[in-house]
Amino acid sequence: MSEWWSTWLSYRPGDFLMFAPRTYWRLFELVNTAWWPAPLAAWAAGAAALWAHTRRRAAAPPAWAGRAALAVLALAWACTGSLFLWQRFAPIHWVAGWWAGLFGAAALMLLALALRRGAWVPESARGRLRVARALGLAALLMPLLAPAAGRPWAQAELFGIAPDPTALLTLAVLLVLRPQALWARWSMRGVWTLAIAWCLQSAATLATMEAWEAAVPALGAAAALWALGSRRSR
Amino acid sequence: MNPPAPPPRRAALQALAAWACSAAAPAALAAQAAAGEAPLTRPIPSSGEQLPVIGLGSWITFNVGTDRAGRDASFEVVRAFFEEGGRLIDSSPMYGSSQPVIGEALARLRHPAALFSAEKVWTGDAAGGPRQIEATRRHWGVQRFDLMQVHNLLAWQQHLPMLLEMKAAGRLRYVGITTSEGRRHAEIERVMREAPIDFVQLSYNLLDREAEQRLLPLAAERRIAVIVNRPFREGALLRALARRPLPGWAAEIGCSHWAQVALKFAVSHPAVTCAIPATSQVAHLRQNMAAARGPMPDAALRRRMAEAVAAL
Repeated sequence: MSEWWSTWLSYRPGDFLMFAPRTYWRLFELVNTAWWPAPLAAWAAGAAALWAHTRRRAAAPPAWAGRAALAVLALAWACTGSLFLWQRFAPIHWVAGWWAGLFGAAALMLLALALRRGAWVPESARGRLRVARALGLAALLMPLLAPAAGRPWAQAELFGIAPDPTALLTLAVLLVLRPQALWARWSMRGVWTLAIAWCLQSAATLATMEAWEAAVPALGAAAALWALGSRRSR
Repeated sequence: MNPPAPPPRRAALQALAAWACSAAAPAALAAQAAAGEAPLTRPIPSSGEQLPVIGLGSWITFNVGTDRAGRDASFEVVRAFFEEGGRLIDSSPMYGSSQPVIGEALARLRHPAALFSAEKVWTGDAAGGPRQIEATRRHWGVQRFDLMQVHNLLAWQQHLPMLLEMKAAGRLRYVGITTSEGRRHAEIERVMREAPIDFVQLSYNLLDREAEQRLLPLAAERRIAVIVNRPFREGALLRALARRPLPGWAAEIGCSHWAQVALKFAVSHPAVTCAIPATSQVAHLRQNMAAARGPMPDAALRRRMAEAVAAL
């Protein structure tokens, strides 16, 4: 048994990295090139979804805007799961195949939240709004990471087709929704869990690749968890 | 009729060129002399079949998925490998898309006759081994594998008898086991003593020399061929050495790059059959293959090499 433990303890995170960093970043270039200009349109839709839920307002936003935004998120998770995770990432990393299925499940939960009236109401707490705006902004600015890291613009990670900004923007929107039904509460928890889990595993993968970009999903997950915990403590 | 004497200016230029060549660095001369040589080979002890001492690994480097540019680059590496006289290519189901990438390269090269295909079975499901091997065979597009190895000893108690049966039936030629990074050497030693395997694959390089203590002498004693993986510690060794100048003894053995030093150290051990460095660049491939040519370090120089690198 001791040899078994010593064997497993001898493994480092790098031992589980099956691909070269340049191959990983090329995935974004390949998916952006294949679907351009749809990734740009997806990014714009994400920006609109974030604005619909986090804009300064005296009164609650119209319900149709909030539900449309959730429908955008549902489509984003479905596209990211199929076009990126399944078609591009899974051939080089078998775990991505499983994540593609989980992204599909998240898409269904978000779609249910979009279609069912009265499932949620806007959250008005200022602290949560601030965190949501920061998370959403981080998600929308993620395309700038590629040129900042010396990579071509074609390798930019865009909401709606790349998983990190999709997860972060979704966390931002969910922060400002309050569920009104048990099924809605569980659906939101399900999407929350998947988004946080993705951010953490992405941060671990990027850290193993020695990429400083790992800080973005890591800090995003931490901020979302802090905001979620601060609501529950009240 | 004698040819006319060269004009004085041409004679002077010829003499100058001859002097320049004789004054060239020993490494360059050695490299020039070695360039036309066939690569050094070692026999597989169980059969006497000769294998070049430098093979080609595929961990990470060939896992490029559906990227056409990545696949084309991998093809160029494989093509250069055969041009340089290489034979053994090693892969595993664990290596993502490396298997289909190799298969595509082999198909584009019309399946070179020199190929020595080395693959692995990697599943904890004992019953799934044959199915996995068949899927691997289809990826490669070969009739049968030369060598099938139990990857990292996973379910070896079940897979090894299965592989030995396949060998007896003529469905593969050699059977082996693998480990890496110094893991489970005690268990590897047990298998080497008890099972009639042809190959063992293990990690051995200028810094990781544990195999010298028991496994390499045992391989020689049991007439088991040795494939060395991680000759560069997955690049970490070369990155650490990159800014260091080559020591003077490197030129004695025809090395102009640290990669060649590392490879010559590994393959010059008398028990080692070949090393399998992986690369995604043709230039590095050719550097690696050059390590199979020219003089090899003797035991005394090997000690100096290991001590020098450890001191750095």
